Amino acid sequence: MNKSTAAMTSPQQGRTFYRTMVLRRQVILLGLLGALFLSFCVDLALGPARYELTEVLSALLTPGSVSEQISVIVWQIRMPVALMAIVVGASLSIAGAQMQTILSNPLASPFTLGISAGAGFGAALALAFGVSIVPFAVDYIVPINAFLVAMLTALMIHLLSMRRGVTIETIVLLGIAMVFIFNALMALIQFFASQQALSAVVFWTMGSLTKATWPKVWVSLAVLAIAIPLLARHGWALTAMRLGDAKAESMGVRPRRLRLQVLMLVSLLASVSVAFVGTIGFIGLVGPHIARMLVGEDQRFFLPASALCGALILSVGSVISKMLIPGTVIPIGIITSLVGIPFFLFLVLNQKKSIW
Amino acid sequence: MVSLTLEQVTAHYGKREVLSSITTPTLSGGQVVALLGPNAAGKSTLFRRILGLLTGGGQVRIAGTNAERPVAYMPQETRIDAVLSVYESVLLARMQGRRLKVQPEDLAQVDAALDELNLQPLAQRDIGDLSGGQRQLVSAAQALVQSPDILLLDEPTSALDLHRQIGLLSVLRRLAEQRQMLIIVALHDLGHALRFADQAIVLAGGALKACGPTRAVVTAELLREVYQVEGRIETCSRGSPMLVVETAL
Repeated sequence: MNKSTAAMTSPQQGRTFYRTMVLRRQVILLGLLGALFLSFCVDLALGPARYELTEVLSALLTPGSVSEQISVIVWQIRMPVALMAIVVGASLSIAGAQMQTILSNPLASPFTLGISAGAGFGAALALAFGVSIVPFAVDYIVPINAFLVAMLTALMIHLLSMRRGVTIETIVLLGIAMVFIFNALMALIQFFASQQALSAVVFWTMGSLTKATWPKVWVSLAVLAIAIPLLARHGWALTAMRLGDAKAESMGVRPRRLRLQVLMLVSLLASVSVAFVGTIGFIGLVGPHIARMLVGEDQRFFLPASALCGALILSVGSVISKMLIPGTVIPIGIITSLVGIPFFLFLVLNQKKSIW
Repeated sequence: MVSLTLEQVTAHYGKREVLSSITTPTLSGGQVVALLGPNAAGKSTLFRRILGLLTGGGQVRIAGTNAERPVAYMPQETRIDAVLSVYESVLLARMQGRRLKVQPEDLAQVDAALDELNLQPLAQRDIGDLSGGQRQLVSAAQALVQSPDILLLDEPTSALDLHRQIGLLSVLRRLAEQRQMLIIVALHDLGHALRFADQAIVLAGGALKACGPTRAVVTAELLREVYQVEGRIETCSRGSPMLVVETAL
């Protein structure tokens, strides 16, 4: 072909570029990890009693070297909340990233597909009327209801999307229809609920990390630990999905099957998170977009970057929620939206090239 | 050497038959085969059927290869806006079905595919920023990097300027001979088919109209019957066949 153009470039040029790019992305991931660790420590340091970062580090690394009071507050009271912020942030962001990938839609997230709204409805049923979908585990009636309705929503989308001729656009529209249905049902519950129950429902829908406990952290972490390797195993195939179904198929990917598998997996991730901490809509949408700006869409980097971005946003949100009004922890869902969205708009509007 | 034989191959979309009983003689490696036919003749469908993406009756027999995935397919071009560089998108095609870790051999294959189509100057560009023609060449590189024994290309020259059309078809011609690959190219330009293809398969309405050496298949009768144009095949002063189209019927 064009010999003159070819002569200007060395055959090694592409490889050198690739290695530099990989190195740059690894540095970005390390930077995100460092920022997350810092935010985690600050989150542990803040509260009614404020500690120095050195005290927190000592409590973390050598618990015996600090007073029992610091050790108990850091490990028993603040740690579940701080860890929950990281685990839920990572889960919601990964769920959003993979929904955007498999549905080729920048607006896809657990929130826009009705999974969060379904969880909200399930929780509201329990909070307002004490209705339990399963008759046992009364202590966990709210998260169990939220989880079950969220998974039912995902299952319904899954079953309908298996019908012949259903396109990606149909799945997205179906999700939006789910959001409207659950919002209407939620309004109906609020209309009939008592004043006290109404407050509980409204508070739940704002999203809050203060309900975090160690068992909830372990369950969320276990789901995340199962999901990440499964998604990573499909890393090349998921990246190929962004080239369109026809191209992915030509590379040996089975888009329909992969889409359904991933949809179920990320629905599980999202519904467990939403069930435990309430509705936090912003992370699943924005975490992946920031990750995409930083490292592109190669899943080997996009998946960890999405997890880290989501975790960082929610962890920083947790810090800010304690700092804004001393003595009051503002619900995290409000903080992430109020602080995060202007930051996100700043990033998007200053982006030199289109990322979608 | 690799070979491909189609025996009474059919395909269906729901209840609608879109390919009816396609049978070809054995097509062997080392050749370029032009897949010809008007729009909606069933060319892309036949490719998808060969690749196993569509089910149907009959037999697609591939012999003479030990490769796990002997067939690579370049579909018709569509707009892509993923945040991936050209290098990554070709690497991606290479790595499907492999482990996450990229080996030096994989990078060498990507570089070779990019070199083959002179795409190294574009290696760092995002695929979303490319022109239609550039994207088409990247698609060809994605198919090549899979090191197939049989390469199916669906209208690979439709967005290319004349220089790149000739360039790409010359590369395919050379690869078929050097690597003993069987290359089947869906083409609309019968002049290119006459110049670059050893054999031609002609489809119309999902049925086989003709199959054989290109010069024997592409005739004035074929132009009239299949393409509904009046034309003739002339021989130029250098002895090459030349297509002259006079009018649409």
